[in-house]
Amino acid sequence: MALNVTSGTAPTSSLLLQDEPVHPRKRFIHAFIRHRLAVAGLIIITLLGLAAIFAPFVATHNPNTVDLLAAGQGPSHAHWIGTDEVGRDVFSRLVYGARVSLSVGFVAVAIYTAIGVVLGSISGYFGGTTNSIIQRLTDTVMCFPPLIIIIAAVSITGPSIWNVMIIIGLLTWTGICRLVQAQFLSIREQEFVEAARAVGVSDTRLIFRYILPNSLAPVIVAATFGIAGAILTEAGLSFLGLGVQPPTASWGNLINLAQSATILQKMPWLWAPPGILIAVAVLSINFVGDGLRDALDPRSGRD
Amino acid sequence: MGQFILNRILIAIPVLIGVTLLAYFLVELAPGDPVTAFIDPITRAQLGEEWVEMRREQLGLNEPVTTRYVLWIRELIQGNFGYSLISGQAVNEQILNRLGPTILLMGTALIIGTVVGIPLGILSAVRQYSWVDYLTTIGGFATISTPSFFLGLGLVYLFAVRWRIFPSSGMRTLGQDDTTMDLVRHMVLPVAVLAMAQVPLVMRYARSTMLEVLRQDYMTTARAKGLRERAVLLIHAFRNALIPLITIIGLSLPELLSGAVIVETIFQWPGMGMLAINSVSARDYPMILGVILVTATMVLLSNLLADVLYAVADPRIRLQGRKR
Repeated sequence: MALNVTSGTAPTSSLLLQDEPVHPRKRFIHAFIRHRLAVAGLIIITLLGLAAIFAPFVATHNPNTVDLLAAGQGPSHAHWIGTDEVGRDVFSRLVYGARVSLSVGFVAVAIYTAIGVVLGSISGYFGGTTNSIIQRLTDTVMCFPPLIIIIAAVSITGPSIWNVMIIIGLLTWTGICRLVQAQFLSIREQEFVEAARAVGVSDTRLIFRYILPNSLAPVIVAATFGIAGAILTEAGLSFLGLGVQPPTASWGNLINLAQSATILQKMPWLWAPPGILIAVAVLSINFVGDGLRDALDPRSGRD
Repeated sequence: MGQFILNRILIAIPVLIGVTLLAYFLVELAPGDPVTAFIDPITRAQLGEEWVEMRREQLGLNEPVTTRYVLWIRELIQGNFGYSLISGQAVNEQILNRLGPTILLMGTALIIGTVVGIPLGILSAVRQYSWVDYLTTIGGFATISTPSFFLGLGLVYLFAVRWRIFPSSGMRTLGQDDTTMDLVRHMVLPVAVLAMAQVPLVMRYARSTMLEVLRQDYMTTARAKGLRERAVLLIHAFRNALIPLITIIGLSLPELLSGAVIVETIFQWPGMGMLAINSVSARDYPMILGVILVTATMVLLSNLLADVLYAVADPRIRLQGRKR
């Protein structure tokens, strides 16, 4: 999903070479702010998030109120973006749709990050047979094309916002698991872990207090990109009619309408704005992820 | 190298078994009774509970789930994927019919993605931090952030509805001779959507592997020998950077197949993706199971192939016998 983006500025070496030690948090903020696209992305996604949270105050109409007299109108003063084929206000539906689309993204990623971190830690820490079993399980899940296995699962559980969140969460943890496992494999060999083990620190404590905190940086980055991916997946599912069900609006199911030729041709205000909004939100989150990658790991960010 | 390839195959076997297990038990969770699914309630009442019970016994539905799994695997090995609940046709026949169009679509997108992505990635690595690098990277970000269905609809709106340059759907124009030109015209838009997702992926990996190669000592050696920069880049760097790309092309298959579901739905392309959507909407579980199995096996085999090709291409693996 992710791409490397260059911040277009000189490396932060001047900061790293200072005589006085710089506080990690200060260095992180400094590095993040240098990435102008990441800052722009953070601002946009914060605004979208605020609009979603305060949807009742931002929306100009009730998103589900049908007004047949105003059906199918283009953008006007009363309806900023226009109305759909039963006269619902598109702008208000987009605002409420943000709630659904963004929360699916965050919740799904929270679920799969948790699964991936737990399985990856166990796999990487204990190694041996445990590692082999978990890795083969990961291989197996990775064989399934994500959208195909997700639509199959949705067809079994029935489409709903909760099912979509849970299914995306249960089926896409493999990337995080691999990442955490690889981190554990390398960190567990380091001297500070060996030292801790020598003085009798327990396995649980070693995993949670020593190794995990040191392997979280790439997980945070991957999870950020993952939110962007999950929003796209939900949008794709809802577009196919297998995600969030109408009348609840999500950005994906708003575009679903455009599968009808008349709407595609005659009412572009119905499908273009949600599409642009998804692209802007996903792009913003991807930029934030890229900024985090640069800021959390000064080495990897440079290429 | 033989050891390495053997290792990979040995790993692939439990994964293949895992794939069948996961697919089978997922579909096993599906609600509904296969016996009564096709009988209307009135007929069912006439036939009575005893008949239903007899049918269940005949079909082996009263066996424990593990036995049914083993029976199912036995049929699968003999090439019996079951029958569609909707059309009654054999699942494997229908899938075979759909495989061709999907492979045509994905193969073309894969080739375009590779041919366009590699030069762009290498160019932006060689000119790191230049405007070319900046532009391709931001362009790549924008492309992966745009939902493929939105891109598809946009293309249909512009090229099929407004300007009428390309057809909006299907594989052939009805009532016309089957010409290659006609097929190509139908392919342009769907392939464009798939390739748009593939290009940035290949580009990103080409860029990072090229950057990795550029840092190697042998690059300095090549320059120190007095080779021209062109020769250094084309002969020493380019060829080494190509090797890891084998993996990413193999790894991109699941995403391509996912993309095919959306693209085939928009463009009514008669492939696996459309079959998946149609069978999911109709809750045609034998068909869903078949589609899941075939696509997952395709991914597994392509990853295996990528690993083997990697070993063939990279002498370090060939000689060492182990990857990473």
